[in-house]
Amino acid sequence: MLLASACMPLSTLRLLAALSALAAVVGGPPGAIAQEPKAETGEPPPGSPTAQQPAAMPGSETHVAFIYRPIPAPSSYDAEAEPEDLGVAGARMAVKDNNTTGRFTKQTYSLDEVALEEGRNAVDAAKELAGKGVKYFVVALPAAEVLAVADALKGDGVAVFNVGSPDDSLRGAECRANVFHVIPSRAMQTDAIAQYMTLMRWRKVFLIVGPSDRDKAYAEAMKNSAKKFGLKITAEKPWTFGPLMKARGDTPTRAEAMVFTRGLDYDLAVVADEEQDWGEYVPYRTVDPRPVAGTAGLVATTWHPTLETWGAAQAQNRFRRLSGRLMRPLDYQAWAGVRSVGEAGTQKKTTDAATLVPYFTEPGFGLPAYKGVSLSFRPWDHQLRQPIIVVQPKAMVSVAPEQGFIHQRTPLDTLGVDQPETTCKLK
Amino acid sequence: MSGRLKASVSVAMLAGTWLGLSGAAEAFTAYVSNEKGNSVTVIDTTTMAVTGTWKVGRRPRGITLSKDDKELFVCASDDDRIDVLDTATGKVVRSLRSGPDPEQFILHSSGNPLYVANEDDSQVTILDIEKNKVLAEVPVGVEPEGMGLSPDGKILVNTSETTNMAHFIDTKTFEVIDNVLVDARPRFAEFSGDGKMLWVSAEVGGTVSVIDVATRKVVKKVTFKIPSVNDEQIQPVGVRITKDGSKAFVALGPANRVAVVNTKTYEVEKYLPVGQRVWQLAFTPDEKQLYTTNGTSNDVSVIDVESLKVVKSIQTGLLPWGVAISKK
Repeated sequence: MLLASACMPLSTLRLLAALSALAAVVGGPPGAIAQEPKAETGEPPPGSPTAQQPAAMPGSETHVAFIYRPIPAPSSYDAEAEPEDLGVAGARMAVKDNNTTGRFTKQTYSLDEVALEEGRNAVDAAKELAGKGVKYFVVALPAAEVLAVADALKGDGVAVFNVGSPDDSLRGAECRANVFHVIPSRAMQTDAIAQYMTLMRWRKVFLIVGPSDRDKAYAEAMKNSAKKFGLKITAEKPWTFGPLMKARGDTPTRAEAMVFTRGLDYDLAVVADEEQDWGEYVPYRTVDPRPVAGTAGLVATTWHPTLETWGAAQAQNRFRRLSGRLMRPLDYQAWAGVRSVGEAGTQKKTTDAATLVPYFTEPGFGLPAYKGVSLSFRPWDHQLRQPIIVVQPKAMVSVAPEQGFIHQRTPLDTLGVDQPETTCKLK
Repeated sequence: MSGRLKASVSVAMLAGTWLGLSGAAEAFTAYVSNEKGNSVTVIDTTTMAVTGTWKVGRRPRGITLSKDDKELFVCASDDDRIDVLDTATGKVVRSLRSGPDPEQFILHSSGNPLYVANEDDSQVTILDIEKNKVLAEVPVGVEPEGMGLSPDGKILVNTSETTNMAHFIDTKTFEVIDNVLVDARPRFAEFSGDGKMLWVSAEVGGTVSVIDVATRKVVKKVTFKIPSVNDEQIQPVGVRITKDGSKAFVALGPANRVAVVNTKTYEVEKYLPVGQRVWQLAFTPDEKQLYTTNGTSNDVSVIDVESLKVVKSIQTGLLPWGVAISKK
């Protein structure tokens, strides 16, 4: 019964059968289960580990750290305010999922949540946890902090899951052997938009670029995608009108912000505004009636409230029950990061980092994550290969890779930087 | 009742005579649950025409018949209950306490109890359908779905879609006696007629694991390959095995095919093109026809089992999910 107290609230144990069933599972008939080796990998059988695993002892939980910077409380009225538990709520659900499966594999997981206060260093927090033996770090942090944490933990045999930074540099020149990227790179996001444009035969892009480095990086990714899929950037302009998205109904429409789209030849306007300062100002305000995509309008992402196929409806419901709100992309990415540990643990019948960390990039590893196909990490840059959903604010529009985009390995590798092009040298 | 019974018997006999000449099937009734239509489509298997559409609770998925075929059970997933319909009138006559979010279920061969997978709640509910009383709730993995029952009724198998296991449950003690890891997202469990083998489909894994029930070892993983279809599109869900145990039919989801598998060699003998996103399958009682639910094309395909040909597609309600076929 120790598992019951370690990993699940007693309230979930119901009626007569529950206790006895659990006892049976925990006790397990010795030597009763095994499975044939996985033919395609030659891996040892990932059968139920009841027979092979020593019983989990109290305190032998596998710790997964989730390090993030909480969002400052919004102003008294903000219709689009981000929830305070953004990301961490997804990590909590994943630990719960890991433990439900863990009842049958004698693995228990716990989440070490680290909400960094203003001025507190992510590296210090990570080192402190690593000192206590934590091996798995899921981080929702900017690129520079992801790198700092990864470098500080180098040689500790840990895995750092990047769920918050899409920077292509982290998958390229600045890649690290101990970092696994759950969030799709910018290249994957803009490739998804470009594939959709190809499908629609929209060839000409008007690129509008915000002032920040992140905006410029997004624009750069869009240009690369255009090149890759044979689209044309027919116009490019910087956005110089400030954060007009914060404009209110009584703010006069800025004439110059409207006319700067005049006289251009394009099919689709792509806005690069990762901070969400002005992108939403562009739709319906272009001189020519043209659709808008990029960081506003038609967006490439990992999760959306209208995603319900491939079992996603169950995840949506489970998440809403646990956290009282809709699941957002960062929640999903955090979930996928923590579940990667749990899934590898089930498949390898151990949560030992020396076994699991190399396993994440082996062909045998696969994460089912409500996308219809199994997700896996690319060995050359540790990016999670995954379908990308293309959405408008209240509906799914498409799923990339689009039909017809083929690749000798998997169509998923038509999104993002492929092996021959990578600049990553893992170290 | 006896008048009605007589009438249906004579219809069956008539159809039987006629089919002696034409080779068509006996008269049965197929019931299809429409997940987004909140309805059940009723189909006459002789004419292969829709004879009625019945209203049920929200998000109907799992569907099965009582032993005497007089009652139809439908999982109303979003209403957290099972609707029981009188097959004579098409009306919901009562609802059963299924536990939250019932998705699939299977009825004991004696006609009671009903074993229900509660998808949102990581448990299996065992329900006495006469008394409408929960006998037990068994905790299983995340997102339980597939439900299989050994022919002798002693072993219940549930598959959990996110935990990726087949849980073996003793139907006397309600205890989980074993867990077998299979490939990603197991959706369906089907015992062979002799009870020796269990077939478990893995939707994301793209395989069907064949498990030796006695040793609970995976003895074979059936794989699929279709020219011009991406491997990712091949997503096995429903599995049905002929009574003689010679053939297994596997629905391949968005590959829009049903695979016919030789159960001796485990080789795929044929891929039958059906409607879009095929999930669940059901034989007519004489095994002459196999019905398939095609979610995105909103129809069912009818396969002639002997000739292995798709003979008809029939429009249903929105997003057909499951199918059950009565002896009448």
